[in-house]
Amino acid sequence: MFDDLRDLYQEVIFDHNRNPRNFRIIEDADRKVEGFNPLCGDRLTLYLKMAGNVITDASFQGSGCAISTASVSLMTEIVKGKTEQEADTLFKQFHEMTTGKDEHFNLEAVGKLAVLAGVREYPARVKCATLAWHTLDAALKNQQEAISTE
Amino acid sequence: MTFDVEKIRQDFPILKEKIRGKDLVYLDNAATCQKPQSVIDSIVHVYSHDYANVHRGVHTLSVRSTDKFEGARTKVKDFINAASDKEIIFVKGATEAINLVAQTFGKANIKAGDEIVITAMEHHSNIVPWQMLCEQTGAILKVAPINQAGELIFAEFEQLLNDKTRLVSVVHMSNALGTINPVKAIIEVAHAKNIPVLLDGAQAIPHIQVDVQALDCDFYVFSGHKLYGPTGTGVLYGKQALLEAMPPYQGGGDMIRKVTFTETEYNTLPYKFEAGTPNIADVIGLGAAIDYINSIGMDVIAAHEADLLHYATEKAQAIKGLRIIGEAEEKGAILSFVLDKIHPHDIGTMLDSLGIAIRAGHHCAMPVMDFYNVPATARASFGLYNTRQEIDVLMNGIESLIEVFG
Repeated sequence: MFDDLRDLYQEVIFDHNRNPRNFRIIEDADRKVEGFNPLCGDRLTLYLKMAGNVITDASFQGSGCAISTASVSLMTEIVKGKTEQEADTLFKQFHEMTTGKDEHFNLEAVGKLAVLAGVREYPARVKCATLAWHTLDAALKNQQEAISTE
Repeated sequence: MTFDVEKIRQDFPILKEKIRGKDLVYLDNAATCQKPQSVIDSIVHVYSHDYANVHRGVHTLSVRSTDKFEGARTKVKDFINAASDKEIIFVKGATEAINLVAQTFGKANIKAGDEIVITAMEHHSNIVPWQMLCEQTGAILKVAPINQAGELIFAEFEQLLNDKTRLVSVVHMSNALGTINPVKAIIEVAHAKNIPVLLDGAQAIPHIQVDVQALDCDFYVFSGHKLYGPTGTGVLYGKQALLEAMPPYQGGGDMIRKVTFTETEYNTLPYKFEAGTPNIADVIGLGAAIDYINSIGMDVIAAHEADLLHYATEKAQAIKGLRIIGEAEEKGAILSFVLDKIHPHDIGTMLDSLGIAIRAGHHCAMPVMDFYNVPATARASFGLYNTRQEIDVLMNGIESLIEVFG
């Protein structure tokens, strides 16, 4: 019945929505930033544990739609073990994948994040996918104040 | 009058649109209604045959344009049974109408320590203008609570009224819950304490026959686009004596009688509140929308919509994991709901792929979302052209997406 939506709602997304990874609080987090999408009410808190410039642990709390939950869940998995520079590169690539003009974007560069490439066909849903990454961007820049997608 | 919904649907060209290859099922009427051909034609006709600036013109087109524009005012007056054309102020929407009252009546009559009473089910447009006024004046905003069904707790509302209350501003019908407030009783208890009442009729106007004199409300506001009319049109009704006593809203052309550099004499009602060239063609389109509704009859429309709401509610209640938000005894054609573990935005996107337009979000009523402890709801809202078959399509879609989400 929802054949048209297969690019947007891939099975991986349903899986992460049902069982979000790293859905917990890091009590002694080095970075903690809140992200908010006022359009739909999605809220998340991102926690990072750092060793020098390496992200040793990442987790989140909050509630949102399947796209935003899957996006933040996948993100916390992928950034673990990455340096700040590597995470920043991923942020830029993810941004390009979901909002960029390049139709031949190399999906291999972003690994399993590629399951979220479908949102670019749904402008109303792009912010659901990018909220997590904008929150990460703020955490990498060591901003304390909550960020908003608006 | 008999009601033939299939015939009605022929009047709305957009209903023939295909959305993602499917028949459009338009259930977002609480956000805005689609337009009948007669409204679209009326705007084309004005610009093609009758258009010039209104008022003061001596040439033929200006006279024609003025006649049609003022004719629309009379249609609005008759539609809500106001006592006089002078009580009908054209604005761009219900939001502007409330802001107008806040910044004129409010500034003139509401001082530090005074109180304004609203309810917990208000749209942001009946919250924020008062908060702004309170910030400017030091007045206090009081909020009457609602119960779990989404009904005003009348006794608690009544207790909020005291000798400091300067205005009661309440929604006639809630956009997020569908609740129809007991406005007659609200006005009676407020008037017993000499407190004027503003009714936000943005949602009520296409569903409920409004008689401002029978209600005895002091202000009534609504938007044209929710009444099958054009966007950018709205109405502020105010009792003449109140409007006469209020200072003007914006300064400019049309709202003056005489201007020198030392002083200005303001125009009479309703022009005192209509500075600048008004939205001529769209107001004439609003008049055409009222003609269209009158040709069907508000009572017939209300009965059809009550049937749709009843049908949709029964079907929704049978879906496991669906929770209806807003179960007031008195309710208009709005079905707000949440699904267990499925976010409203996912519901909205999935239904859109089936051609179904609903709204997902906070519906500009964040305090209502907080009250029910949900980030958002999905909302199906019905209009005169909707059918039971469309509700079947909606409910099948909801059941399918619950299955897909697992």
